[in-house]
Amino acid sequence: MTAQLAKPFLQLQGVRKVFSRGGMETEVLTDISLDIAEGEFVSIIGHSGCGKSTLLNLVAGLTRVTTGAVLLENREVNEPGPERAVVFQNHSLLPWLTVYENVRIAVDKVFGRTKSRADRHAWTLHNLDLVQMGHAKDKRPAEISGGMKQRVGIARALAMEPKVLLMDEPFGALDALTRAHLQDSVMQIHARLGNTAIMITHDVDEAVLLSDRIVMMTNGPSARVGEVLEVGLPRPRNRLELVSDARYIHAREAVLKFLYERHRFVEAA
Amino acid sequence: MNAMPGRPVLVDPSAGRVPAGGAARTKSQETKVVALRTARSPLSARALATLREAAATVVPPLVMLAALLLIWQLATDKPDASLPSPLKIWTEANDLIVSPFFVYGPQDIGLGWRVLTSLERVAYGFGLAAIVGIVLGAVVGQSVWAMRGLDPIFQVLRTVPPLAWLPISLAAFRDSGPSAVFVIFITAVWPVIINTAVGIRNIPQDYRNVAEVLRLNPLEYFWRIMIPSAAPYIFTGLRIGIGLSWLAIVAAEMLTGGVGIGFFIWDAWNSSRLSDIVVALVYIGVVGFVLDRLVALVGRIATRGTASA
Ligand SMILES: Nc1ncnc2c1ncn2[C@@H]1O[C@H](COP(=O)(O)OP(=O)(O)O)[C@@H](O)[C@H]1O
Ligand SMILES: [Mg+2]
Repeated sequence: MTAQLAKPFLQLQGVRKVFSRGGMETEVLTDISLDIAEGEFVSIIGHSGCGKSTLLNLVAGLTRVTTGAVLLENREVNEPGPERAVVFQNHSLLPWLTVYENVRIAVDKVFGRTKSRADRHAWTLHNLDLVQMGHAKDKRPAEISGGMKQRVGIARALAMEPKVLLMDEPFGALDALTRAHLQDSVMQIHARLGNTAIMITHDVDEAVLLSDRIVMMTNGPSARVGEVLEVGLPRPRNRLELVSDARYIHAREAVLKFLYERHRFVEAA
Repeated sequence: MNAMPGRPVLVDPSAGRVPAGGAARTKSQETKVVALRTARSPLSARALATLREAAATVVPPLVMLAALLLIWQLATDKPDASLPSPLKIWTEANDLIVSPFFVYGPQDIGLGWRVLTSLERVAYGFGLAAIVGIVLGAVVGQSVWAMRGLDPIFQVLRTVPPLAWLPISLAAFRDSGPSAVFVIFITAVWPVIINTAVGIRNIPQDYRNVAEVLRLNPLEYFWRIMIPSAAPYIFTGLRIGIGLSWLAIVAAEMLTGGVGIGFFIWDAWNSSRLSDIVVALVYIGVVGFVLDRLVALVGRIATRGTASA
């Protein structure tokens, strides 16, 4: 499942992003080019503030590129849409809706014309079961834990049957155990559904465990793609067995070296 | 809120968004206490606790009221007093106090009926103000420029007293009924607009992003994101608005006539029935209080989910 063999499904071509605010211009991203194959799981890793979220938002269509282009199946992305569903960093569930309703609103919006009411109900429950949240469907977001909220956020995104699943540090705010649980869930779901996925992370182990390729970004401003690492570990992957796997250790080391030797995070004084 | 310095004046913090942690913590503590008590001795202890709590809220106001009535009685209990004493009011205006819903003739009806007449006008005026205020506030809140341009105008207009609108209103409608409704509307609409606009501006970017990814159309966005998200602010505006409406109706009716509670006071003044006026004041105060609490209650129920995320 390497990018070279399959036709480019999602392409970033010479993407540059400049934010201008009050006459001040900051170039956050420059010359980002990347081809992602259908079904591929790509992680983007880089130090805080380098522009990872900005890059994801560009693919999501929530922000526009300054120059260059984002192409999905050869069509330019210039607005947000459910075919590029986003799992936001802070879950972004609507607090006035129940868990079920948070997913249902997405299902109704995407399948309102194509599925019957009963089918949409079943599809909503199916996706909640996929992330093991069926039992809490009538709770409100305030009544469930952070990990559960993130699960519901994933269910909402999956329920849109997106062509690309975009995840912005989906497990960033969670404790280590919950995090491991959710990583396993995401791996299982990816194996089952074969979605194309882009995940932002700053956790090296998470990147190596989940990804087919790891895109390492240089520090901002004017961040660019520093290196791309093919992980090449066979799937299904088991976190316990991998700990002693030479390829795993090698991949992990490569990413660590990139982040902490060649592109150390320099605190802006 | 940082975009609008000086705005928070109108946003009542006590009725607004509760900080997530605080709300959650108090709630869990409450439930814990109740759970422990029920475990130890079920019904009797809980009933006693509820009773004690009720007593603690009801008894102090009653004691104060009795004390105030006593002072008032002592101060006005002489033949040449300019104001009636409570006992005198009780005897003079007895039918008004004990039976709010009598009908002796077209102009001689109980204060309950008069209050209802006034409330009907408030319902029209305030209902209109709520609808127009929320829609206009939503539109204004969407745009930074509309906000900057219109906000100073709203801030000036909201300080215009209700009675000052009346001449213009009478000139425009040439009829006292619609004029009174218009005065209520124009008095109550500003806090609703301003608070709604602030609420809309404060919709977290996260919710906007969700709406964009889902491609919600403007109508869906309005009902499913804007209204629920801004609801705590909207209800603060509505609560201020209902209070102002009730102030306006009494003033407006004094001038427009009819059978409302406002005109009753004016009429009583012209025929020197001071006791009747005092009773009417009590009615107005109680109704205003109930209206305020009613909107607050509806707000609390409607914004249950939005208090914390
Ligand atoms: N809307 C914006 N306007 C101006 N600057 C922005 C905006 N969004 C992000 N930035 C800037 O772009 C840089 C990268 O931000 P971000 O993509 O959130 O980083 P990361 O997700 O990698 O931590 C930061 O310096 C941030 O201040
Ligand atoms: Mg980020």
